[in-house]
Amino acid sequence: MKHARIAWAGAIHHAVADGDGLRLADGTHLAEDEVVWLPPVQPGTIIALGINYADHKKELAKELTLTAKDEPLAFLKGPNALVGHRGRTRRPADAAFMHYECELAVVIGKAAKRVKRADALQHVAGYTIANDYAVRDYLENWYRPNLRVKNRDAATALGPWLVDAADVPDPHALALRTLVNGEQRQHGNTRDLIDDVPALIEYLSSFMTLQPGDIILTGTPEGVSNVVPGDEVVCEIEGLGRLVNTIVTEGS
Amino acid sequence: MLVINDALACPAGRSAAEDRPLPQWQGVAAFAPPPIGTAYGTLLNHRDALAALGDAVNAAPYKAPPKAPVLYIKPQPCLAGHGAAVEVPADAEALEVGAHLGIVIGREACRVAEAEALAHVAGYTICSDLSVPHPSYYRPSLRYKARDGFLPLGPWILAARHVPNPDALEVVVQIDGKEAQRYTTAGMQRSVARLIAEVTAFMTLAPGDLLMLGAGPAAPRARAGQTVQISIAPIGTLQHRLVAEGRA
Repeated sequence: MKHARIAWAGAIHHAVADGDGLRLADGTHLAEDEVVWLPPVQPGTIIALGINYADHKKELAKELTLTAKDEPLAFLKGPNALVGHRGRTRRPADAAFMHYECELAVVIGKAAKRVKRADALQHVAGYTIANDYAVRDYLENWYRPNLRVKNRDAATALGPWLVDAADVPDPHALALRTLVNGEQRQHGNTRDLIDDVPALIEYLSSFMTLQPGDIILTGTPEGVSNVVPGDEVVCEIEGLGRLVNTIVTEGS
Repeated sequence: MLVINDALACPAGRSAAEDRPLPQWQGVAAFAPPPIGTAYGTLLNHRDALAALGDAVNAAPYKAPPKAPVLYIKPQPCLAGHGAAVEVPADAEALEVGAHLGIVIGREACRVAEAEALAHVAGYTICSDLSVPHPSYYRPSLRYKARDGFLPLGPWILAARHVPNPDALEVVVQIDGKEAQRYTTAGMQRSVARLIAEVTAFMTLAPGDLLMLGAGPAAPRARAGQTVQISIAPIGTLQHRLVAEGRA
């Protein structure tokens, strides 16, 4: 089943996918554009992966000082960063390079501490789509990627749906792509993840307890490019839906 | 909005925090961590901590001193209360103790001007920001800083009205009763108000969020079996122990 959190008629509701639209618990059917889409999960800890696709790693090779990779490059984000489907993300006026990142997002359903790879997927509630924008102008070499690049308000779109894990038989065979104003700019497949979902859960839970509502953004493939105010950015993942976001100027 | 009248704390074994005058908390031995939202830390805010790096700030991999505040997040499972026993991982000889003044947000803070910043603070607490010592600030692994229990804090959040000048507080760290560090918050490159202004220029702090001001220079280290005490008057004293992994 596909679940959403939405605001409609002055209240916040849980809704499920129903044909082209959504259905509330009381049976009310609503169209996609009648509601305000919130991030489908009230987030716990948000963990993001850098450079988790081989092709993206190559794309960034010039600026990476890494040679051998010994463990996943994980970093954390705050809940301020999230924005729902059909939301807006601001591009700072002084930015020269702001790019999207389409990512498979894993939502934890059951606490996980020192979980082994073979058991890891039992701790997953479901999956959604993330568009984890970065403003590269602000990149500094201290605690990379620094929060000014990666933890800006409403610069991580999430949604539209939380899709039950039971409906995603293989999270490592999902095509993903990003379209900007209808033109495909990024594409990949989750089969190319360097550290796959069980590996990430095993790694993270080896030192921190993952809790229900925690979200793991698994990284993005190659094909990042600059986006500007007015651009409609759509991230699609096979079986999970399409996450729409619009770039706006600061102050709008 | 988070409003604190005196001192907000959650005695161990109780499910909810209570706001009481400070003397009423004296004698309570153990506390759960006070309720906070997202915990943000600030790296290298103390002038002497940055100065200690010398010319390394201009060399690879950093290539330049930090411009914006250098921030990090400690996830919720890091939170531990006064009196907690924190596990030192088997492969670490000692942990680095980052003694911070903790700023707890009261009113949502988004693009706040420096002059208005302190009006967004509900109160202050004491933070023992633990890390596995790591040589580089470039891209340290989460497993150095984000381990369960790696942020003892408290014992309470003291209302901001009881802390007239957060930029002139003395921070004293004792390990097994012996003084290991002493510094004042006057040595920070960014004051409490300045830090709030620069951070909220790009990210909103919500009521209950914690912003750690910065550790002092030459952060001390402590080993399993030792007791850490951090005192910041007029807030109080935070105490916790370190134990070997598997012995908590």
